[in-house]
Amino acid sequence: MSIVVILLVPVIAALLVLIRPGGRWMAGVTVASCLLNLVLVAHLAWRVVTGLPPPELLDPAWSRWIAVDGLSALILLLIALVASTAAIYSVGYMGHDGLPLKKLRLYYANYNLFIFSMLAIPALAEPTSVWIVVELTTLCSALLVSFENSREALEAAWKYVVLSLMGAGVALLGFLTLFASMQAAGGGTYTWAGLIAAAPRMPPLLLQTSFLLILIGLGTKVGLVPMHTWLPDAHSQAPSPVCALLSGVETTAILYVILRLFPVMHAVPGAHAERWALVLGLISVGFAAFLLLQVHDYKRLFAFSTVEHMGVILTAVGLGASAADYGAMQQIVNHSVTKSFCFFAAGATLISVQTRDIAAVRGLIRRSPVAGAALIFGGLAITGAPPLAVFLSEFAILKAGLTEGHYLASALLALFIAIAFFGVMMHLNRMVFGAPAQMPADAPAVQAEQAGFRLPASCRLALALAAVPVLVLGVYVPEPLHRLLTLAAAAIAR
Amino acid sequence: MSEPVLQLLESLNALACGLFLLTSFGIVATRQARGCLLLFIAQSLLLAASAALLGLRHGSAHLYGVALVNVISKPVIVPWLLRRTSPAEVYTRREIEQALNIPVTLSIALALVVFAYFLGIPLANAAGARGPNVPIGVAGLLLGAFTLTVRREALPLLIGILAMENGAFLVGISIARDLGTLVELAIATDGLIIVFIMGVLVRAVQRHVGTTAVGELTSLREGAAEPAREVLR
Repeated sequence: MSIVVILLVPVIAALLVLIRPGGRWMAGVTVASCLLNLVLVAHLAWRVVTGLPPPELLDPAWSRWIAVDGLSALILLLIALVASTAAIYSVGYMGHDGLPLKKLRLYYANYNLFIFSMLAIPALAEPTSVWIVVELTTLCSALLVSFENSREALEAAWKYVVLSLMGAGVALLGFLTLFASMQAAGGGTYTWAGLIAAAPRMPPLLLQTSFLLILIGLGTKVGLVPMHTWLPDAHSQAPSPVCALLSGVETTAILYVILRLFPVMHAVPGAHAERWALVLGLISVGFAAFLLLQVHDYKRLFAFSTVEHMGVILTAVGLGASAADYGAMQQIVNHSVTKSFCFFAAGATLISVQTRDIAAVRGLIRRSPVAGAALIFGGLAITGAPPLAVFLSEFAILKAGLTEGHYLASALLALFIAIAFFGVMMHLNRMVFGAPAQMPADAPAVQAEQAGFRLPASCRLALALAAVPVLVLGVYVPEPLHRLLTLAAAAIAR
Repeated sequence: MSEPVLQLLESLNALACGLFLLTSFGIVATRQARGCLLLFIAQSLLLAASAALLGLRHGSAHLYGVALVNVISKPVIVPWLLRRTSPAEVYTRREIEQALNIPVTLSIALALVVFAYFLGIPLANAAGARGPNVPIGVAGLLLGAFTLTVRREALPLLIGILAMENGAFLVGISIARDLGTLVELAIATDGLIIVFIMGVLVRAVQRHVGTTAVGELTSLREGAAEPAREVLR
């Protein structure tokens, strides 16, 4: 019953948080359940890699609703990993400020429910029920985005909910049309696998319409460019551990749903799923790279970088080669681990200088060496500096693009990635190494310095843990992970 | 069933769909927040009527279930949830200034309906569906999305989202008749969670910012540097 248990653990944790208030208890339950889930998910992924299907998949009554293959195991693993580090980070980050118990309970209950809704996306096999849990991710995280209850946070949460649900409405029509095309093809079980089996008999018009509706609808929640406007707001206003989840794994989990449609589209001659992916992906990377240059808030900087990376992944899938598919999967992993680290670093900066304004932070490395070093390391890692993780996957994607003969697309991608590198590093470099300007004595940063601020221990632990995969995956991909990536790439390939 | 009875059922269904389209127009253009809510309830009842008529027409017990879920959840539970979560102010608000004036809004809405027919007719033919459900459902979806772009008040925005779902469902009952009952129930529950969460958010906005015109919150953007603020408050 491993998959069902994985889905039940966060729900039970949410209930435990609700029944007994107490700061340590709530944080402890959340961390313990996330770590337990990480172990369970790793075990499940191991079974998938070694070719042993989980027990419930042998029973047709379960496989109608639940299915795990290489691709979904990969996404599950990422969600469980980032959920664990973010839970550890939350202990110090939410605890250092003396928040009332009621607020903490709201935080941890929603945190666990949010983890549940994200884990359910790759675990479920029936497309309409996947749509429902996609909606649940929005609804469970809305109160986390508005957590600070400031004017800006409430505005961000409102935009997040309205635009995500608007996209979900469009996607619902897409999923209903998908069901109709399945019926028109003579029926079968309405699951991802059943769709691929029925795809050659589907009316192309219905299938393409549903693909476009789902691409636009869920693309809104992924943050693809014409529909991205809410993302920098929501991903910068939420508390930093939540930002790590939103940017690091939520976007990826939604992108996974779009990726599931590619093998279905491949079965229909004349369907151009890849062309759409390539165009939308390049537009996202390009716009985000230029928008990065003009931000004033360092959390927004990383949020725009998420838009950029979602574009990179979609572009890689759009290149339509198996090497590029592998690169896309690698990029999904590397982006999740690196982006969550970046938001932990941004959060550490925020609690040591008490401002999000880039212009107000100078000489951070002297004021808080840990936050400064983490921020510059995160910046280098996320923009693809060698020898860190993202470099390896972006290099693989560009190489695949060139060998496939997509010269223009690869050149544009390389150019935009370079612009994004300069954009991010220009801002971060000034923040970390810039000469501190004379600040008035009542500036929050000065007051924080006088108070003798120290980063909470759990934040430092989470930063250290999150840095490990960023460093390791840049030089070496372990054999089981390599096999999982190969399986995942095969799931979306032609 | 004899031929005249089938004809009658299809005509009645067409009537329900036509009235559904009218309520969509009403939701876009009505200034009074409470009026919007009443129009949405009427729209949900028309959706239920269409589902019941199609259920009778095709002998599908499943569509009766859809009708029943709609009759219970939207006209009864949605207003109750709203009263429990959001401040009373959201009902009494009247939008004097919309983003566009009413004639322009209605002209654009009309253009959207024409577009929906272009999109919906081939879709209905490919899915083998008869009657006006598909184009009018697509029109309902587009008009709901349009509502989200022109309104500023919280309640009309929430209703715009729910109206989009109604539109998608009007298409669904004609082209995806055999979607599982479990899934339909889950989607209806999901709609209620939307109402609950958005109601809570509106209450927070009203308490901390002092307005329910959430569309007027526009401080987050590039170019204007944000003031330094306290964290975690």
